[in-house]
Amino acid sequence: MQLTNRSKVVVKKEMTFVEKLYLPAIFSGLSITIKHLFKKKATLRYPEVTREFAPVYRGMHVLKRDEQGRENCTACGLCAVACPAEAITMDAAERNKGEENLYREEKYAAKYEINMLRCIYCGLCEEACPKDAIYLTDRIVHSEYTRGKFVFGKDVLVEKVDERIDITKRKKTYKID
Amino acid sequence: MAKVTIDGKTIEVADGTTILQAARMIGPDVAPPTMCYHSKLKTSGGYCRTCLVEVTKGSEKDPRPMPKLVASCRTNVMDGMEVGNLTSPKVIEARKGVVEFLLLNHPLDCPICDQAGECHLQDLGYEHGSAKTRTDFERRTFEKISLGDKIQLHMTRCILCYRCVKVADQITDNRVHGVLNRGDHSEISTYIENVIDNDFSGNVIDVCPVGALTDKTFRFKSRVWFTKPVCAHRNCDKCSGKVHLWYKGEEVLRVTGRKDQWGEVEEFICNTCRFDKKKTSDWEIDGPAPVNRHSVISANHYQTLKMGSEFKLNDVKPLSITEGEGS
Repeated sequence: MQLTNRSKVVVKKEMTFVEKLYLPAIFSGLSITIKHLFKKKATLRYPEVTREFAPVYRGMHVLKRDEQGRENCTACGLCAVACPAEAITMDAAERNKGEENLYREEKYAAKYEINMLRCIYCGLCEEACPKDAIYLTDRIVHSEYTRGKFVFGKDVLVEKVDERIDITKRKKTYKID
Repeated sequence: MAKVTIDGKTIEVADGTTILQAARMIGPDVAPPTMCYHSKLKTSGGYCRTCLVEVTKGSEKDPRPMPKLVASCRTNVMDGMEVGNLTSPKVIEARKGVVEFLLLNHPLDCPICDQAGECHLQDLGYEHGSAKTRTDFERRTFEKISLGDKIQLHMTRCILCYRCVKVADQITDNRVHGVLNRGDHSEISTYIENVIDNDFSGNVIDVCPVGALTDKTFRFKSRVWFTKPVCAHRNCDKCSGKVHLWYKGEEVLRVTGRKDQWGEVEEFICNTCRFDKKKTSDWEIDGPAPVNRHSVISANHYQTLKMGSEFKLNDVKPLSITEGEGS
């Protein structure tokens, strides 16, 4: 079955005198090579220059805090049950008196782990989250030397109070009629 | 005997049966949802109005329709009665209103609530409610109350179904809690936060259709869909000893009574079984508990559990999904 019109039928025939010189073929080949020298480069000088990501790019997760710096996650487990790769595990704990500025609700995630080797970056956890807590960002998961280091805990995932991670491009608003 | 037709399905039942019981005999397709009615508790029902149905034909002798929607848990069948449940647009509309009323003061804290996943109000709101609230007013709030060291009362979540009051009246010999105040101010409470220390007081947790009464020993331990219910029994001198154990890994996180397909406890269990026996060695394991295929609990690769004597916890391989027959 023919898929494109670009295929050529190979015919074995005697070459003409001009073809036997090979020079026209060499020059047409060289001209293609030289043309490419002046073209815009397809590669970037990473890491000095980085490519702009699409707004829907799904990279490393972030656990968000609210405006007052309290963690949004309440360890409801919906991300873990939505996760097709079963990469997310968590342990919940009750907020004590005096921790109101750390956690937004009376329950919080004492342990929250994502196994980045299991994660398939599908973004279903983000979709399932009722508390705007987990988002996938355009950050890249860096390589490590041991498998155990790919189990990211809260120390890596929760954003720092003073360096927030911008997720406005990924944030979706749903309208209910 | 009385012949009654519910949603076009006819069944013959004994006189004195309620419409709800007749509908449940036909099957879950036509059974109206309930919040306050509990088959094992006498005089329960009639408070929540979720089981409203339309009677389009009163009886063979008097075929006039009933003028208003009736609570099916409190209305007895008559011979030749015709009832519309899900086929009646009036009922669907009314039930939507009832759910809206129940959710007027109910907080939307399902991500925190331990009942989420086995909450009747959650199911009801999902199936019959609307996704939006219309009130602008603040929800009423209460402080958390501890009823003894094992039971937590979140009055904010209560829908005043009276089931726990009836448990205390009928199962235990001395009731120390009840409904205080009237109307919008009514709340489940004990006098001066009296400790409930009866042997069967833990059953108020099982009968509570929402997360108002929860097990303190299970508080925030795990979400229900990460635990696996297993039927087990032990020789108990106080109760039948037939329970569901809720496993996470090899650890028993919670013990509850066995619930039937309507989410109602089959046999009430004592506090020793519920709170103190949390080791596999305390129990004889009968096999996996039946879980509805559509329940979020079965999202946890539940079907890999084996039946009866084959059952060993070490056999549970969470990643091998086998095609089993639906529960």
